Amino acid sequence: MTKKISIGFLLLASLALPLLFQNSSYSYVIRIFGLVGLYMIMGLGLNIVVGFLGLLDLGFMAFYAIGAYTMALLSKAGVGFWPALFCSVSLTVAVRALLGAPVLRLRGDYLAIVTLGFGEITRIVLNNWDSVTNGPRGISLITDANIKPVSVFRWTLSTNTDFYYLIFFMLLLCIVMTRRVLNSRMGRAWMAIREDEVAARLTGIELTRMKMIGFVMSAAFAGLAGGIFARWENFVTPESFTFWESVMLVAMVVIGGMGSIPGTLVGVSIVVLVPEILRNVLSPGLMSWRYLLFGVALVAIAVFRPQGIWPSRRRERELNAPLSEMKEVS
Amino acid sequence: MHSFTEQLLNGLTLGSIYALVALGYTLVYGILLMINFAHSEIFMLGAFAGCGTLVALSALPWPLSVGAAFLMGMLACALVAVAMEKVAYAPLRRAPRLAPLISAIGVSIVLQNSVFLWRNDFLAFPTVFPPTQINIGPVTLSLIQIVILGSSLVLMGGLWLFITFTRLGQAMRACSQDREAAELVGIPVNRIISLTFFIGAMLGGAAGILYSLYYGSIKYNMGFLPGMKAFTAAVLGGIGNVPGAMAGGLLLGVSEAMGAAFLPEAEWKDVLAFAILILVLILRPRGLFGERTSEKI
Repeated sequence: MTKKISIGFLLLASLALPLLFQNSSYSYVIRIFGLVGLYMIMGLGLNIVVGFLGLLDLGFMAFYAIGAYTMALLSKAGVGFWPALFCSVSLTVAVRALLGAPVLRLRGDYLAIVTLGFGEITRIVLNNWDSVTNGPRGISLITDANIKPVSVFRWTLSTNTDFYYLIFFMLLLCIVMTRRVLNSRMGRAWMAIREDEVAARLTGIELTRMKMIGFVMSAAFAGLAGGIFARWENFVTPESFTFWESVMLVAMVVIGGMGSIPGTLVGVSIVVLVPEILRNVLSPGLMSWRYLLFGVALVAIAVFRPQGIWPSRRRERELNAPLSEMKEVS
Repeated sequence: MHSFTEQLLNGLTLGSIYALVALGYTLVYGILLMINFAHSEIFMLGAFAGCGTLVALSALPWPLSVGAAFLMGMLACALVAVAMEKVAYAPLRRAPRLAPLISAIGVSIVLQNSVFLWRNDFLAFPTVFPPTQINIGPVTLSLIQIVILGSSLVLMGGLWLFITFTRLGQAMRACSQDREAAELVGIPVNRIISLTFFIGAMLGGAAGILYSLYYGSIKYNMGFLPGMKAFTAAVLGGIGNVPGAMAGGLLLGVSEAMGAAFLPEAEWKDVLAFAILILVLILRPRGLFGERTSEKI
């Protein structure tokens, strides 16, 4: 009961947030929370790979970039927002499948380095393929008359508030979808793989196929977030998609608690918002210290709460329960 | 043909630096099965400590001041690395596998920003070597290149001797083969882990100094790219494998120099490095020299 009330309260608060800040001098808050929403969508995607399959992905931003660039290029060519968004997601998924096919047979640590390498390749290609991506100058979508406006039914989205709501509803959709998938046969198969590959294989789970589905599905989230980001920002450059961003995304998922949906959402909020809050509360003299403080905080969380801030309840029970209690649970 | 040999030498010079850094990754990975993300910051600290020493001792003749710079740089890095291990990694021995990684990212941010707060732009590294060119047969080498190649050879040779012939080296090998069994036969595993960080950081710090002697300027975020390439090199040679890391570093350096010389745009050289990596992993997942690890399936 309390759970339902608090979820309802959170939903209402999120819906009301832009209305509170819209006409105040704090309207940039809407922008920041929109960004948090985008990162949450990506975090949910990455959580499938990191939290459920137990694989390390250090190049997730590459897929965000592919989504964003697809959207930017198609919009410039005069394609409408929704078809272009569909293409962003499809292309991202296709590229991910091509990368995953040879790589998923490898052991986990190698997956980390391959994704890292792929992330860097993507960034360098975007930086240097001048004829298509316009290199480090990026693609601007503001001045082009060709570009169709982003419309939902009969509304046209243009302000930060509009995009905030778009992102909010997409996020809700993603949360519901992730929940459904994770509690399905497939989600259970992923967890089985994470805990013990041999045992999972023995119960008849097709390892490579299951890993492949999770790996590919996670990229769809990144493609979606990237596509929305490109039209919201109306500008994409390779510098938004660095290795560092990918690493921070992994940090968000792990800090929140791997394999837990609320955990991921909390982790994302902390990692995105804490530097923003520090920016506002610290005196100018301490400003340049905020990343240092952030680093200290990361170490502290890892050392004192390695399972994350909001770990998955099921997982916690499995790992910590004494044997007698285990029987009760099962 | 002439430019080919020259590029080969440039590649070997750069590659020997990568190899030194890669050894730090590989040694730690061998024992803890953990990617030490903060190692690239150790590399950067080495460069800054070396720079400080060189500036302070600029009155001395260069062999002395450079020697002192290496000593100071390596020692400073080693101490920082051991402290870092005790604070940020040691409490996480039994934690979920990704927790030490987050801790390492945190340490990396802390180290980078401590230097950033002190100095946030490029700092010129003192030029200590006379720009002498030396001809050996048909090839021309600069003095710096000889110093880099020579000292990394000495360091790598020293490491190899240490690991192969001393009792401590034997203990290190035992830990990387099976940590629990090593503990059972009475090896002080925690001390060996500290020692591993100490040695890896010494090599990384030396590499930082060599790198900045070669390129002439240092910055708080200079460790990132070489660190990542070195990690790539470690995987290329088979992570956890010491000779593999050396070979992987050299191979990566050479392929990069060739890429920079013969590809249409120099920046594509990084694509080449990572493309080689991905190919190697697909065709030979355990790396070029990695031992066959028993797969679960």
